[in-house]
Amino acid sequence: MPHDPGALPRNIAHFARALRRAGLPIGPGRVVDAVRAVEAAGFTSRGDFYHTLMACFVSRPEHRAVFAQVFRLFWRDPQFLEHMMSLLLPAVRGVQEDKAAEAAERRAAEALLGESLPLLPQAEEPPPEIEIDARATASGEERLRTLDFELMSNDEIAEAKRMLARLDLPVKPLATRRGAPDARGRLIDARASLRAALRRGGEMQRLSYRAPRPRWPNLVVLCDISGSMSSYSRLVLHFVHAVANRKGQGWARVHAFTFGTRLTNITRHLARRDVDAALKAAGAEAQDWSGGTRIGSSLHVFNRDWSRRVLGQGAVVLLISDGLDRDDPAALSREMQRLHLSARRLIWLNPLLRWDGFAPKAAGIRAMLPHVDCFRAAHSIASLEDLGAAITAAGDAGERDRLLAAMADAR
Amino acid sequence: MTDLPGSIDATAEMLAGQGYVSPRALSTVVFLALKLGRPLFLEGEAGVGKTEIAKAIAAGLGRRLIRLQCYEGLDAASAVCDWNFAAQMIAIRTAEAAGGADRDALKGELFTEDYLIERPLLAAMRPQAGGAPVLLIDELDRTDEPFEAFLLEALSDFQVTIPELGTIRAPEPPIVILTSNRTREVHDALKRRCLYHWVDYPDAAREMQILATRAPEASARLTAEVVAFVQKLRSEDLFKKPGVAETIDWAKCLVALDTIQLSPEVIADTLGAILKYQDDIQKIAGSEAARLLSEVKREAAFT
Repeated sequence: MPHDPGALPRNIAHFARALRRAGLPIGPGRVVDAVRAVEAAGFTSRGDFYHTLMACFVSRPEHRAVFAQVFRLFWRDPQFLEHMMSLLLPAVRGVQEDKAAEAAERRAAEALLGESLPLLPQAEEPPPEIEIDARATASGEERLRTLDFELMSNDEIAEAKRMLARLDLPVKPLATRRGAPDARGRLIDARASLRAALRRGGEMQRLSYRAPRPRWPNLVVLCDISGSMSSYSRLVLHFVHAVANRKGQGWARVHAFTFGTRLTNITRHLARRDVDAALKAAGAEAQDWSGGTRIGSSLHVFNRDWSRRVLGQGAVVLLISDGLDRDDPAALSREMQRLHLSARRLIWLNPLLRWDGFAPKAAGIRAMLPHVDCFRAAHSIASLEDLGAAITAAGDAGERDRLLAAMADAR
Repeated sequence: MTDLPGSIDATAEMLAGQGYVSPRALSTVVFLALKLGRPLFLEGEAGVGKTEIAKAIAAGLGRRLIRLQCYEGLDAASAVCDWNFAAQMIAIRTAEAAGGADRDALKGELFTEDYLIERPLLAAMRPQAGGAPVLLIDELDRTDEPFEAFLLEALSDFQVTIPELGTIRAPEPPIVILTSNRTREVHDALKRRCLYHWVDYPDAAREMQILATRAPEASARLTAEVVAFVQKLRSEDLFKKPGVAETIDWAKCLVALDTIQLSPEVIADTLGAILKYQDDIQKIAGSEAARLLSEVKREAAFT
């Protein structure tokens, strides 16, 4: 290792910056690690250099492709290996390496920033303004509570978002194997008892007890963002964002996915504090806003790639969709069944249910309905409030049983 | 005890000596983990050989392998150490019966190494005869987050604190291998302290090598057919794709059944060795297996 490390650490730092711009979470500590790792591994081949940097900078499987691309762009100098080796040998080091580093930086920056970022989904297209007679009999909030999301004006949507942010989605804790001290517990806590006894010179005066410590379940939201759902999904996601970011509200973790023609995991974006920034980032990631719907295949992808990851610990699933699907109903039914079997509770929110005369006529809805635990409307603030009450009641099935009976009658 | 390998090639050789066929990328990260003394975080589907790597490293270096199997509800008492309460209780009663229950003496006596039950994390911090041990923290994704946070201290400073004894620091940091099946995301704070590697399914050539070392009793022809079929199976849309462990199991099953070459009937009888979900078995059993097999045979004939 040369005394003056030269341009190598700088190049790696530039490379790390390029990766950071490409979306990889890389802190300064990792850059130091990477330099050390490269020094340890030496430059014997481009492949080893690649694997070395990969081990230091990548920590998620989905980042591997990004890394590979940035690596290819950043280190594409064919003379790169010789150049790097010359950096390690102070005697042969030339003068042009700074220039080379600058050029590489410029190239990578061009490569990464040159292509324009995907456009954001259109922000809240204004729904048709509807004149509403706001009489003084009910307060504005009271009227908004029951107003259909689709019929809200822009101002009303803004107000509704504020109300949604205050909504709760309470939940009951689950019992676990892990224990905590509890005076009314049933298990004797030998460790605590003995420690108390020691304080009295070994006299066992009273026993300490433990009880299973409760744990909060996870919430997994699957939100349909196809064209027919657009005015609902945006506001429901506002609600989900509020639930995900409320401290001490119960849920251990909130995972969110959107689907239209393909499935997108937007969990990370929901962690942003500002709801508009969060939804904007989520929108940039999910490129199928207001497109078609393929519920069956989206659920298939979820079941195959994600269900064992996010549904492992007794998670409750909220499926927000109108169930209007063009795919094969048999396949949809199969995927719903699997989803139902792997979730602790599967709750389907369907804005179509707001109509009194709603009947399960569409093939997609008929395929999905038998496989949910609870079927509810989600078209207004009031309906989301009701959801909060329903989720704590263990046996609540919403409208499911009535509609299943109607389906059986019609047959 | 053997010295740490000096280069990536030496690392690959060491692993090969233990019957572990390691691709270049994996040898690189293993070498770096050994050289830099950093924990190695291995992620990948079940059955691709993550746990085996730790075993191979321990055996190759002649170190003790200490395994901490994670599960939900795992806490410090079962991961670091616990006190032998029953023995302590007897000691208290004996002291009482003898009459001279001096409080301080008793306290000093009760919380000593005699009554300490070592669990994996503490064991890994202790000096070992053959050099620092290999600590395998298996299936980290099965624990809950509080334990993950607890590990942060143990892994960055290689020390654990026991209130009665004080802080115990490893004289030589253990070689730490963490594995995860990715049933949930592990926090970035932990990943940041580790070198990361995604263990993928092996390609056909490497899988043949693995079978040759792990199931040498299978004939070359059977091995080639088994690997080709499993590789084909992995390209199908399955709920759980077969891992390397399943391939080895299957080859051994076939040998036990005196199979010389694959046929749809044999596959149907032994499908349970490679596919572990009823949905997958239903999908592949019958005509689908025959179709895949004929494809495999056709491709083999061409090449």
